[in-house]
Amino acid sequence: MSESTRPMIQIQGLTKIYGSGASQVTALQDVNLTVNRGDIHGIIGMSGAGKSTLIRCINRLDTPTEGRILIDGQNIMDLKGAQLRAMRRRVSMIFQQFNLLMQKTVARNVRIPLEIAGVSRKEADDRVKELLKIVGLEHKARAYPAQLSGGQKQRVAIARALASDPEVLLSDEATSALDPMTTQSILALLQDINQRMGITIIIITHEMAVIRQICNQVTIIDGGVIVEEGSVDEVFTHTRSSAGRRLFGIIKDEIKEDEITEALRIVFDGTTRNEPLISSFILKSGMPVNILSADMHRIGGKAYGQMLLSLPESYADREKLTNGLREMGLTVEEVHTS
Amino acid sequence: MTMDKIWVLVRQGILDTAYMTFPSTFFAYLLGLPLGVLLVISQKGHIRAMPTLNTVLGAVINFLRSIPFLILLVMLFPVTRVVMGTAIGTRSIIFPLVISAFPYVARMVEGSLKEVDPGLIEAAQSMGMSTFQIIRKVLLPEALPSLVNGAAICITTILAYTAMAGAAGGDGLGKIAITYGLNRREYGVMYAASIALVVMVQIIQILGNILTNALDHRKR
Repeated sequence: MSESTRPMIQIQGLTKIYGSGASQVTALQDVNLTVNRGDIHGIIGMSGAGKSTLIRCINRLDTPTEGRILIDGQNIMDLKGAQLRAMRRRVSMIFQQFNLLMQKTVARNVRIPLEIAGVSRKEADDRVKELLKIVGLEHKARAYPAQLSGGQKQRVAIARALASDPEVLLSDEATSALDPMTTQSILALLQDINQRMGITIIIITHEMAVIRQICNQVTIIDGGVIVEEGSVDEVFTHTRSSAGRRLFGIIKDEIKEDEITEALRIVFDGTTRNEPLISSFILKSGMPVNILSADMHRIGGKAYGQMLLSLPESYADREKLTNGLREMGLTVEEVHTS
Repeated sequence: MTMDKIWVLVRQGILDTAYMTFPSTFFAYLLGLPLGVLLVISQKGHIRAMPTLNTVLGAVINFLRSIPFLILLVMLFPVTRVVMGTAIGTRSIIFPLVISAFPYVARMVEGSLKEVDPGLIEAAQSMGMSTFQIIRKVLLPEALPSLVNGAAICITTILAYTAMAGAAGGDGLGKIAITYGLNRREYGVMYAASIALVVMVQIIQILGNILTNALDHRKR
């Protein structure tokens, strides 16, 4: 296999069991996952699905019960001491709560990985400046984390994570404590880092918007098991798993049988421009359309998201609606919703 | 007794008390600080989990802390004689003071280090830090304001213990207050010595508070 096509991370038969005996909890069950070099790979699931355990196994903050993890072809399961620490410098991590040292300035925080690596003082100072420039915080070098906003703290954490020149960046709910605007800017920064430095990024999240904005691959995890995986476009337009449908808001968390109704789901995957498609359809067909819900985002002038329409009673009207929308280039499917 | 004479007496008392307190605190930290670190990192789930060692250390510390200082002082006479050359006098009381205080210091240090956010330790591990680096670069610096605050409390506690130095032939403010107040009924001297003790404790605590606040960057 050539250098460029060898997967960055391969997870094989990973199982993690906490506790023993009666109180035993299986957090992950036979997880197999491949992350390619240069990907931004999203791992999405509800709270307690096992996604945090999974990402913590990748840099061995957590030790799997069974299975293998290969990073760049190297099995990391047997690493100990200095070898384990060397591996962790190649696989950086950012966190939901930022985890910055509160008694040290921004510059000192970013310098820590360089200090550990034994980089000379002069060289480290230059590198810190460079890193702070990348995240747009060169003017905050002397500030303490308590003086920064959440978004700025995460930028410092990203600069710190990049200091060791990693090949992989693990992001554990890094935007979950941030407001939507700040989330957007942090995600844009991560995308920029991925493109400019070729760093493979693995993102853990429970928010579909995060996956849609920057990931190219997605893995849906539910109850410690992978239930769906593939390219983001593919998984989003043809969601098969019920966990996926819940995460995409097609069905609510707790539904009763009699609350389920049939609906038509339209997926906007960025291929349509900002056109009034539904209005056009109504005007052209003269058919009324009832919108049940819509969750749309505009990124770079393109429409992403989904819309749920109520299904007409008659079969003929259904056909007319479905075909009419498909002719306009939309991805349409019949779903059960709540 | 005239004010002048009382002042000469009390001034010497302050010096003697300081002479017992500060070296004792220094040596108590020399033993107690590493022990406190060990108590934290050897806990279950921490960076060097050693539950058995942790339990044994905890039990030893509790045992030492439960012996009243006056009794420990007497019990240690033979050992003090070997370590300090003599078992009585102002200087030799430093040894029992250290033995009595270091388990207390260890517990104070343990408390301070436990306040450090576990997320920071996890971040440190994810950066590839060794155990020693985590202690030196994360645990101790992040807990510094709390450690300083704890040190002020330890100093004042040790200072209070020095009042019992008289029982082993030592000097200091406590000895003066007992000798002159209790034995000779010279209450003026007793009050003067007691006020000097109070002032010393206040100064140490106030300095401790100022330093703690100055070192803490967690506030805006």
